[in-house]
Amino acid sequence: MTWQPALGEEWIVLPLLTLLACTAIIIVRMRSLFAAVMLTGAYSLLGASWMLLLDAPDVAFTEASVGAGLSTVLMLGTLALTGREAKAPRQRPLVPLLLVALTGAALVYGTLDMPFYGDPGAPVQRYPSPSYLERMPGEFDVPNAVTAVLASYRGYDTLGETTVIFTAGIGVLLLLRGRPKRNESADAASRKRDRA
Amino acid sequence: MMFAMTMVAVLVTLALALARAALGPTVFDRILALNMIGTKTVLLIAVIGFLTERPDFLDLALLYALMNFIGVIAVLRFLKVGHFGGAEVEPSGE
Repeated sequence: MTWQPALGEEWIVLPLLTLLACTAIIIVRMRSLFAAVMLTGAYSLLGASWMLLLDAPDVAFTEASVGAGLSTVLMLGTLALTGREAKAPRQRPLVPLLLVALTGAALVYGTLDMPFYGDPGAPVQRYPSPSYLERMPGEFDVPNAVTAVLASYRGYDTLGETTVIFTAGIGVLLLLRGRPKRNESADAASRKRDRA
Repeated sequence: MMFAMTMVAVLVTLALALARAALGPTVFDRILALNMIGTKTVLLIAVIGFLTERPDFLDLALLYALMNFIGVIAVLRFLKVGHFGGAEVEPSGE
């Protein structure tokens, strides 16, 4: 397995991140909430392709399905209950802006300690990965190491997670079906009785 | 080199589609732009796959295309019906 410096993709990453930042600014300035919801979907798609470039296809796909798919639908459902236009702010929100700037600065300061992306000496490259990477080619025919770990080495863990999500989905579906169904079946039953 | 040129073209198209989504006077301009951004993401992933010599990214690109389709259907349905309530779904199911 040859290690190639991953920063060769810089020229794709930089325009993508620029587009991400542009989308964020557009969303903030947008007054039409419907357009803002759709732009958050675009933001998720762009973010997901960036994560894919960072060699995290599973995280990228989760981001795409949850960010661009599910949360867009949820936001649209919220829009149906509220309005489609944002109200113009009454005063200039200076204190929140300051707070956000401070938090952002703290986060950027926090990243200064982190090892560079793709640094072979970084702890994440040294601790669990080499054993998996050495064992994987002989044991599976899966091209992606992360996929192999998720689907095989931690297969039971993933199965448990899937079961939890499946159960949650069934619960939500049962809750959302609600009452109209029961009324209809009662109507149908009474109609049948009338006919008989 | 060919893939690199394709990548540049896809990135430029992505930027143009984003501009349309931001400026678009009507809702339908924005929906089309969103659909376009989704399609370009699919292309972007496919090109990345070939550029880094990992064509198995193509499967992911297919899944993204499906995601995009469902998202656009949801937006269009919302525009037509106005809500996602269960009342509309029940009669068609029976």
